[in-house]
Amino acid sequence: MDFLSYLINGLGLGSVYAIIALGYTMVYGIAKMLNFAHGDVIMIGAYVAFFALNNFGLPLPAAVILSIVVCTALGVTVERLAYKPLRQASSLSVLITAIGVSYFLQNAAQLLWSSSTKVFPTIIPNGGISLGALSISYLTLITITTCVLVMICLTLFINRTKTGRAMRACSEDKGASTLMGINVNRIISITFAIGSGLAAIAAVLLCATYPSVFPTLGAMPGIKAFTAAVFGGIGSIPGAFLGGLLLGVIEIFAKAYISTQLSDAIVFAVLIIVLLIKPTGLLGKRVREKV
Amino acid sequence: MLKITDLKVSYGMIEAIKGISFEVRDGEIVTLIGANGAGKTTTMHAISGLLKPTSGSIMLDGTELTQIAPHKIVSLGLAQVPEGRRVFAEQTVQENLILGAYSRKDKENIGADLEYVFSLFPRLQERSTQTAGTLSGGEQQMLAMGRALMAKPSILLLDEPSMGLSPLLVSEIFHIIEEINQKGTTVLLVEQNAKRALSIANRAYVLETGYITLSGTGEELARDERVKKSYLGG
Repeated sequence: MDFLSYLINGLGLGSVYAIIALGYTMVYGIAKMLNFAHGDVIMIGAYVAFFALNNFGLPLPAAVILSIVVCTALGVTVERLAYKPLRQASSLSVLITAIGVSYFLQNAAQLLWSSSTKVFPTIIPNGGISLGALSISYLTLITITTCVLVMICLTLFINRTKTGRAMRACSEDKGASTLMGINVNRIISITFAIGSGLAAIAAVLLCATYPSVFPTLGAMPGIKAFTAAVFGGIGSIPGAFLGGLLLGVIEIFAKAYISTQLSDAIVFAVLIIVLLIKPTGLLGKRVREKV
Repeated sequence: MLKITDLKVSYGMIEAIKGISFEVRDGEIVTLIGANGAGKTTTMHAISGLLKPTSGSIMLDGTELTQIAPHKIVSLGLAQVPEGRRVFAEQTVQENLILGAYSRKDKENIGADLEYVFSLFPRLQERSTQTAGTLSGGEQQMLAMGRALMAKPSILLLDEPSMGLSPLLVSEIFHIIEEINQKGTTVLLVEQNAKRALSIANRAYVLETGYITLSGTGEELARDERVKKSYLGG
């Protein structure tokens, strides 16, 4: 029974990683850049949700929506101001800029809201449902359900809508997409909007699990989710989903069966092994060399 | 219909197109021939907006294309079949064709145009649910042409449509280009296969290292000694 409950907890944690990893992987797939400020968008989302619940006394759905709106606007603004001017620049310049944005957001948060930890209110009641000897907390249930819903909506959006098809076209060939009449800049903006909106959802789920809000809150989940995206094959949406879930399960199993202190090291060791065997990640596309 | 005046295009410090002027009139097939590196593709990319010219003018039916965002050009009636086909390899044949109609407002007519493309290229219909990456080179060329036609262009730009294809397929592709033209679409064709291109062109221009050095009707250029010597294998 222990095994099953660890597995479910792992899937819960993995669901949060997966939602964050979707932001990394979509932006990489379309803008071909690693947005290392993504974790800090989560942090901003967490603060917005915290103030909405704690200071303004908004109900949970309103707080979540406010957090999504602010993060979406932040993601689009960051892209417009920091990344768009570098569209023709080398990828190293873009990477350094992303790290710069990350530090900027962390320090801005510290300046505005101080570095002291704020306690996130309890938003999901304790307790859960029992299936025989197995009990699943409401939080884990909600987290996994949210992740599955996000995945279904995103898959439908990408495959069934005109904008989704345009996004897939841009991820393959921006020049040819322009010839079709697709506004590539607009598609990149939409991608950042979606990724950042998902970061806000992840922020609330994360704070419900670990109820403390501080300026570097996004750093560790950010790097883990980035690992999950690479693990699953960066650029691939099902890959981010799979990578996130696996990473969560591995982390919880490592904590339960091997060592709490070593769990992060084990997670990254697994990543290294996977990349040694399959450099494109689990579901990554083979990159064809152009002749 | 399309009038290029004193066009210059540079890559950084290197000027690839050094001031060329030519025009394509309504209903014509016009071809630009020239060796590798003469600037043919550069010219095409400047017209379709993928490259920004350093100076000069590109007028399409009275609209200055150099002042327009690249993605808006296709909705003015100019579609390009790029060199190397550049189909969306991971999407199906049908999805590629639908993307070709991305900029169109008249959604109700798209179905009829899909039928038209399938009638020109029956093989695309057979393979409509396959991903484009699994098609042969010839089929990908057909798909790239079909995709451009889905925009319902008044002028179609074709960049090296015969590249890498067997002689039999080249004949088929050129036959279809003529058919598309007879149905009322103006064609600007860039080709290394000068003999074929001149045989279907109303008029032609020879592009050499960034300059237009010769022009005339397709027949005139096909008989021209300099063209024969340089491009038609003596």
